[in-house]
Amino acid sequence: MKLDKYIRPEVFPTPFCQGCGHGILMQAILRALDELSLDIDKMVFVSGIGCAAWIPSPHFAADTLHTLHGRPIAYATGIKLFNPALKVVVISGDGDLAAIGGNHLIHAARRNIELTVICANNSIYGMTGGQVAPTTPCGAKTATTPQGASEPPFDLCKLVWGAGATYIARSTVFHVKELVKYIKKALTHKGFSFIDTVSPCYTQYGRRNQNVCGTSPANMVLDLKNISVRAKQPDELFTFSEKDKILTGEFK
Amino acid sequence: MPQFLQGNEACALGAIKAGCRFYAGYPITPSSEIMEQMARELPKVGGVFVQMEDEIGSMGAVIGATWAGAKAMTATSGPGLTLMLENIGYAIMTETPCVIVDVQRAGPSTGQATKPASGDVMQVRWGASGDYEIIALSPWSATEMYEMTIQAFNLAETYRVPVFLLADEAVGHIRESAVISPDIPVVNRVDHTDLPTFGNSKDNSVTPMPMFGQGRKLSVTGSTHDEWGYRKTQSPEAQATSVARFCNKIKQNTDKIISYESYHIEDAETIVIAYGFTARSALKAVQTARADGHKVGLIRLKTIWPFPEGIFRELPKTVKKIVVPEMNQGQIVREIQRFTALPVEQYNKTNGTVITASEIADKLNEIR
Ligand code: SF4
Repeated sequence: MKLDKYIRPEVFPTPFCQGCGHGILMQAILRALDELSLDIDKMVFVSGIGCAAWIPSPHFAADTLHTLHGRPIAYATGIKLFNPALKVVVISGDGDLAAIGGNHLIHAARRNIELTVICANNSIYGMTGGQVAPTTPCGAKTATTPQGASEPPFDLCKLVWGAGATYIARSTVFHVKELVKYIKKALTHKGFSFIDTVSPCYTQYGRRNQNVCGTSPANMVLDLKNISVRAKQPDELFTFSEKDKILTGEFK
Repeated sequence: MPQFLQGNEACALGAIKAGCRFYAGYPITPSSEIMEQMARELPKVGGVFVQMEDEIGSMGAVIGATWAGAKAMTATSGPGLTLMLENIGYAIMTETPCVIVDVQRAGPSTGQATKPASGDVMQVRWGASGDYEIIALSPWSATEMYEMTIQAFNLAETYRVPVFLLADEAVGHIRESAVISPDIPVVNRVDHTDLPTFGNSKDNSVTPMPMFGQGRKLSVTGSTHDEWGYRKTQSPEAQATSVARFCNKIKQNTDKIISYESYHIEDAETIVIAYGFTARSALKAVQTARADGHKVGLIRLKTIWPFPEGIFRELPKTVKKIVVPEMNQGQIVREIQRFTALPVEQYNKTNGTVITASEIADKLNEIR
C-alpha cells in the first residue's frame, strides 16, 4: 500500500480497538497529504493525550510531538511562529482540544494562525475509561453520567467559527472521500483550519448506548450514514435543528 | 561601560545576547518588563515574540519553538509559574532546553503583586511531578540579571534542561548601574548527526538538541520513552533509566554548574548564608560587623539548585554558627541543616518587604 511509507514500520499493530474510527481517520489524513504530494519532512504533527493523540504519535514517520493533555495547540503555535516554513498539523480528541485545551483552541482560531487542527470527535473520553466529554450528547450514558448526560454539548464548528477560524468543516469516518477532500483543503488553507471528524468509539461510548448505537462497532460506523445530514448552505450550521442528527459539510 | 538599567530590562538584554530568539509570555507583575522589553528587542534581531492566552500556553509555545530550533524563554512570577509547571515537567522529560525567569513576589496565591519574596525556592525545585534535578540561579543585581540570564541559557543548552532564573521583585525592579559585558561566552546549539534524540543512558551523556524540519522524523513524547523517543510506558527499565539520567546528568556535573561567592570567611566564627536580594543586605551587615571587630563572613549562593552542599566541606574550622536570612519561612535553611552539624539560626521575613542590613546585624548581635 502506497501509504505505508508514511508509517513507522515498528509501531504496528495500532493500539486502536476494533471498529475505532481513528484508524480510518489516520488513513484519511495520510491519503490527503499523499494526494497533495506534501513533503512530510517539512511537516510536524502535534498531539495531546488520549486515543486520538496516538494517530500521529508514534505512527507517522515524520516529526511528531506528543504533548500534554489539552496543550498541543500551544506547542504547535510556538513551532509555527518560529518556523513558518513548517506545515504544522494538530490531531487530537474532543476532550483534549475542547475541554482542557479550549482556551488554546479559541485563541489559535482568533489569531488565525496557519495551523490545521483535526479533531477526532468521539463524544467521550476513550482512553481514561469513558467519562463524559464536552461533546457528549444530552442523555448519553457515560462512566460519569450513569443517568445520562445533562449538560448541552459543544458544537465545535460553531465554537471555532465564533472564535475566528477561517476554514471549518465537519465530516465522519464513514464519508471518507469527503473527509479526505476537506483535509486536503485544510492542509492548503492559509490560516486556521479546523476539521471536526465524527469518529466513533464503540468500546467506551457505543456499548453504553446500544439503544442508539446498535450492538456492534461496525453498526456504529454504518449508522453514521443515517445520522449525518449534508449541509446545503454553509450557514445551515446556525439554523440546523434536527434532533439526533449531525450536520456535515464545509461551513467556512 | 555601565548602563543605568532595571533588573528586568537587563534580563531581557541578556537573553538577546544569549541568542534567545523566541519569547512567549503572559503578563504578571513583577516580571512584565521582561516581556515588554523582549517585545521591543526581538524584532530587531529577527526573533519572534508572542503574548499567549495564559502561562500554560506560553510555556507550551516555548517548548514548541525550541523543537523548531529556537533558543526560547518565558518570564513569570509565582502563580504564573504554578500554571507553567506541568509543561516544565514535559520539558524535563523531553530534555528541552529553555529558560524560565521567575521574579518572585509575596504569596501564596496572588499575594502582594509588587512586593518581594523568595517563596518559590521550593516550587522551582519540586513543583513538577516526578523525580528530576533542576538548575536555578539567583541573581542579586541588575548586572547579574544580565549575566545569569546568559548563564541560564548556556546551562540549558549544555544539559538540555529547563533552567530557572530565580529572581525576586527587589532585583527585578531595582534600577542601578549595570555592567553589560560584551565578553560573556555563549553556548550555541550544534547540529547533531545520527545520535539518538535523547542521550545515552549508559553514560548519562546529553546529546545535542535536534530540531524539527530536517527530515529526521523525530518522535518526542512526555511519556516514558527510549533514547529514540518511542513510548515505553510499560517498561520498568525505561522508566528507571530515564529518571536516573535526568538526575545524573545534573548531579554528575555539579562542579561545573554550581557557583557561589565567599566574603570574609577565612577566620569567621559566624557565617551568613544568603541569596538573591537578601545577600546584598547580608553583605552590608557583615561589613559593618567586621568594622566593629566581629568575625563574621558571608557565603552568597549564586546557584540555588543543584544545592551547593560542597560549601560545607570548605568552611574554615573557625566557624561555629551559621545564620540564614530568607524572604520566606525558611526554605533553604533546611537544606543547609541537612549538610552541616553546626548550629543553624534562621531569620525569616514574609511581610512583603526586603530584609534590611540592620535586621541582619540585629540578628547577628542577638546570637553572638
Ligand atoms: S477506546 Fe474508543 S477511541 Fe480509544 S481506541 Fe478504543 S474505540 Fe478508539
